[in-house]
Amino acid sequence: MDQFIFGMEVVMNGLMTGVMYALVALGFVLIFKASGVFNYAQGVMALFAALTLVGIQNGQVPFAHLINATFGTSLHHFGWTVPAVLAVALTALVMVLLAFLIEKLVLQHLVGQEPIILFMATIGLAYFLEGLGDVMWGADIKTLNVGLPQGISDGIEEVTATWFGYGFFIDRLDLWATLIAAMLVAALVAFAQYTKQGRAMRAVADDHQAAMSVGISLRFIWVMVWSIAGFVALVAGIMWGTKSGVQFSLSLIALKALPVLMLGGFTSIPGAIVGGLIIGVGEKLFEFTIGPMVGGATENWFAYVLALIFLVFRPQGLFGERIIERV
Amino acid sequence: MNAMTQDGYVTADGRQIGPVVMELRNITLRFGGVVAIKDISFDIRQGEIRAIIGPNGAGKSSMLNVISGFYHPQDGQVIFKGQVRPAMKPYQVARLGIARTFQNIALFEGMSVLDNIMTGRLNKMKAGFLSQALWWGAAEREEIENRAAVERIIDFLEIQNIRKTPVGRLPYGLKKRVELARALAAEPNLLLLDEPMAGMNVEEKEDMSRFILSVNDEFGTTICLIEHDMGVVMDLSDRVVVMDYGKKIGDGTPSEVRSNQAVIDAYLGVAHD
Repeated sequence: MDQFIFGMEVVMNGLMTGVMYALVALGFVLIFKASGVFNYAQGVMALFAALTLVGIQNGQVPFAHLINATFGTSLHHFGWTVPAVLAVALTALVMVLLAFLIEKLVLQHLVGQEPIILFMATIGLAYFLEGLGDVMWGADIKTLNVGLPQGISDGIEEVTATWFGYGFFIDRLDLWATLIAAMLVAALVAFAQYTKQGRAMRAVADDHQAAMSVGISLRFIWVMVWSIAGFVALVAGIMWGTKSGVQFSLSLIALKALPVLMLGGFTSIPGAIVGGLIIGVGEKLFEFTIGPMVGGATENWFAYVLALIFLVFRPQGLFGERIIERV
Repeated sequence: MNAMTQDGYVTADGRQIGPVVMELRNITLRFGGVVAIKDISFDIRQGEIRAIIGPNGAGKSSMLNVISGFYHPQDGQVIFKGQVRPAMKPYQVARLGIARTFQNIALFEGMSVLDNIMTGRLNKMKAGFLSQALWWGAAEREEIENRAAVERIIDFLEIQNIRKTPVGRLPYGLKKRVELARALAAEPNLLLLDEPMAGMNVEEKEDMSRFILSVNDEFGTTICLIEHDMGVVMDLSDRVVVMDYGKKIGDGTPSEVRSNQAVIDAYLGVAHD
């Protein structure tokens, strides 16, 4: 019985981790749906968003090192701090501007190219953004606090303690992340299904030429989609940054999003969520049950092996569009 | 054809054709060293069915792409409703009320028939972003209106039973019909059809001919179409432009074109001595 209750706690924690994975995967799905591009830079976008948010909040001078080195000044901070809500709004604006620049400087020149070319471009973009983040805000590890509650959720611990005689350890930040992710997904699905821009986005994802012929501006849709992906990256950056600090390794969470996408399907928003949850719960449960037998550390590889199995038996993922070739 | 005047003419079957809607003046289009269209001029009049015919590689599709903004000619002018049209992107041309279909069908394969046709009405939707996001006020009214318009087109083209089917699952002939429906949904001033009957069997061709004629008849839509099948063209169209190797070799009513020696040579080949 103890084992069972402890297992339940593991599952709960797995679900919360899964939501965090899903948040990152969501950004990939959005861009892949609308432009058929696998955006390698999604993880770095989350890092860049988090860095910018911390920088704005603390009133850091952007490009301080560069300016100081060039002009012999010693600027560091403006000497003010910006309230969290305003800082988030400003960062969102920066991400929209970034989307606009990406379209203008990169995508626009690659219209009609093979997906692999666009993928290569996003690899370049990832390294560029990584460097830009460093130059703008410095490479040191920063703590991010936008006022999201952290620590053990006392309420849940008490309730479970009275019910099961054992208090569950659930991080309040994870609970918030779940709530925010749920709202974000509901909003995105509603947007894609029911608004004019959402319908246009799905149309562009399906066929560029046909989309143009019904009067859809590709540029507008691309800027819009990259802006939304930037916003999703910001949300993911806030969650992960609050959890484990804003540092380079933040961009590596993108790697965990890959198996999530293979499970859920690259083109499905609900797929990203379900895939994230399966991976989150799966790796925690696997570590809990099988881990001790193989010497632990299964969380590092479990997701990838699961993805590999999916690639063999169901390459389109759980919710992906079936690939039908008509001959 | 009765006497052609500034204001139009009356067709053999007694339909009144209006003034010029679209005029192409001295259009030349090159791809590198290849001249796809060479100094071609013709016009399309309000309410008529205008065909462009010619052998393979004559430049017919290029001509349609010039009209719909997918290609931009090096020389010449596109005059729409009396005004010279500046170089425009395809989506801007679509917003002027020029809808088209494609030779190789360009539909949104993953979306349902209904959703595909609804995209044809995107430019009819004016409600603000917030209103749409909240599904409230103008957005709701608009969606209902547009949905009703789309249902009329679905009835008209007799595709009621497939409205929820993803387009990717449909057979070729029906896809062609859905593409026509999407173009019609925009309520175009000018409808461009690139080989609407290519690859169809006789029965499907007859259906499509019937639809094209009734679109023109019931909605008064001006239609410009490309077709290979001489028989179909002669039955459908009011006036015909004949192209060969990028040049215009004939222009007139079907009977005029049929007796044109240059056209006969292009189609049947000519003896060289």
